Amino acid sequence: MKRIELKESEYIVAPAKILEARMMTAQEKYFKIALEGGTSLDHEPGQFVMVSLLGIGEAPISISSSPTKRSYFELVVRNVGKVTNALHKMEAGDSLGIRGPFGRGFPVQILEGNDLLFVAGGLGVVPLRSLINFVIDNRRDFGKVHILLGCKKPADLLFANEIKEWGKRLDVNFNCTVDKADPDWKGNIGLITSLIPGVNLNPKRTFAVVVGPPIMYKFVLIEILKKEIPQKQIYVSLERHMKCGVGKCGHCQIAQYYCCKDGPVFSYDQIKGNLEAL
Amino acid sequence: MQRFVILSKKDLDAFISALAQSQKVVAPVARGHNNFSFAEVSSGKEITLKYIPTILPPKKYFLPTQEIITSYNKRENALNAILEYEKMVIFGVHTCDLAGIQCLNMVFADKPKDINYIIRKNKIAIIGLECNDYCDEYASCHVVGNHLPNGGYDLFFTDLGDVFIVHINTMLGDELVNKAAVFKSADAKMLKALESLRQMKHSIFKDEVNVKHQELKPLFDRSSNSKVWEDLNKRCVACGNCTNVCPTCYCFDIIDEPNLDLNTGVRYRRWDSCQNEPFAKVAGNENFRKERSQRQRHRYMRKFKYPVDKYSRYFCTGCGRCSRTCMAQIKLKETINDLAKETQ
Repeated sequence: MKRIELKESEYIVAPAKILEARMMTAQEKYFKIALEGGTSLDHEPGQFVMVSLLGIGEAPISISSSPTKRSYFELVVRNVGKVTNALHKMEAGDSLGIRGPFGRGFPVQILEGNDLLFVAGGLGVVPLRSLINFVIDNRRDFGKVHILLGCKKPADLLFANEIKEWGKRLDVNFNCTVDKADPDWKGNIGLITSLIPGVNLNPKRTFAVVVGPPIMYKFVLIEILKKEIPQKQIYVSLERHMKCGVGKCGHCQIAQYYCCKDGPVFSYDQIKGNLEAL
Repeated sequence: MQRFVILSKKDLDAFISALAQSQKVVAPVARGHNNFSFAEVSSGKEITLKYIPTILPPKKYFLPTQEIITSYNKRENALNAILEYEKMVIFGVHTCDLAGIQCLNMVFADKPKDINYIIRKNKIAIIGLECNDYCDEYASCHVVGNHLPNGGYDLFFTDLGDVFIVHINTMLGDELVNKAAVFKSADAKMLKALESLRQMKHSIFKDEVNVKHQELKPLFDRSSNSKVWEDLNKRCVACGNCTNVCPTCYCFDIIDEPNLDLNTGVRYRRWDSCQNEPFAKVAGNENFRKERSQRQRHRYMRKFKYPVDKYSRYFCTGCGRCSRTCMAQIKLKETINDLAKETQ
């Protein structure tokens, strides 16, 4: 058996450094990361990276920042497994490895010029934020923008300060709801589906972008379809546990698609009716 | 121009021994009652020429059960991509397994290319061996079109009684033949004998299921909600044997293994199975294929539906290994017939 070193391989990681790390909620930690050597990650909104911790493993994590920020990128990680657990123990100055960006992100060119309806539930705001901030940074290239957010309780709200700013903007229609309020909560109470009927939109020129936990899609899609937005104009980003990120290992397969390569963003038209998709 | 040579059966030992002098040779060898496996040999005597599909297909040489892909050093925050390979000749590959290797080639050459697989595959010479008759009742090679050779080999041996007629398909095959110096040229009589053997095979090999080749994909297209999957749900024990022995199953997991110094270590990939319960699980414990019925359906769809959309070929080679190895007696031919019966 011969063992050689390969110069090219899909499994090589780019060394990166954590610039900033802080707990955002009780479960989610925020990381601001830069690739070593000043290289830009150069991702599209909606893509993901494999975060690599030597000796522990890799995990697929959505990129939360807009590519308009070129010197760094942001991740928000919930502590749920071996890699994310180790990641939660890391602080500014620590090194990690990055593979990617991978997958097909949101179709920015197709969205340009059109009205947008963003619907994010729970952690769904993390990947969707990459697109929302991209749209805000290029605001005049898009039509009307509606943002609907939902989460379980006020304390779960991610990017709370930034979201407050979205709410103040005159060029964004913003609404937010929680399933269960606390005494300080002044906003809506109820499921995210309750916000959709009230949105005043022109279905012909509106594209809906929906990201949330698996259980949310069914119910949100029903409400969006009621608005008569064409199925081709509805996009979802699906969560799967990618292991390789390059369309080989099979873990993220949805029917004939590899979520890591053909997704994670799919149009509803493309993915509906596929086994075990939604 | 087609090139054929003849090897007298008594010279097989000399051929294999000569090959084994210069490189590793693997071939089917007997492993107890009616079990065979590809293993290293140094002479022709160790080889079993009449064998039913080996326990594991030759994919184990192309995509090892466990393979180091990177090595790392934590202190230096360094990670290097690794390839492990071995130059070898695989002798005696049946046409079903040749088809299996062709399927894997398509998957791993699909972009982004898998460099480990591609370099390793090019270090392996393949010598095929024709099946003159069925191996057993589990095989379904005719309906998927693999009872006759469809390329994918350097040399191809066909048993004609006292001799093998050998098709030279590549330059590498030609070199192997020339180096051994035990081959003779094939005369017209031998070529005629090969032709009549192939003719005879037409009467031996018939569609093994009640569905025609081109009807298999449409059958699976309309079988998403079949009750047959519910039946498999009751029987399957989710052991993953069927995917391990399948020549075209290639799913894997990626695992880090630190050395005892806790500073250096390797990252390797290891065969995984979509039949295992956690295979399609994500954070928060959502499982997209929680039921065994879904996982079995997924396995079948990955042979007869999804790859047809993607690569325009069936990923079932008809080898019958999944049926032979299944502890719950789930048989591929039976599943297909049941689906056909239900959706007629």
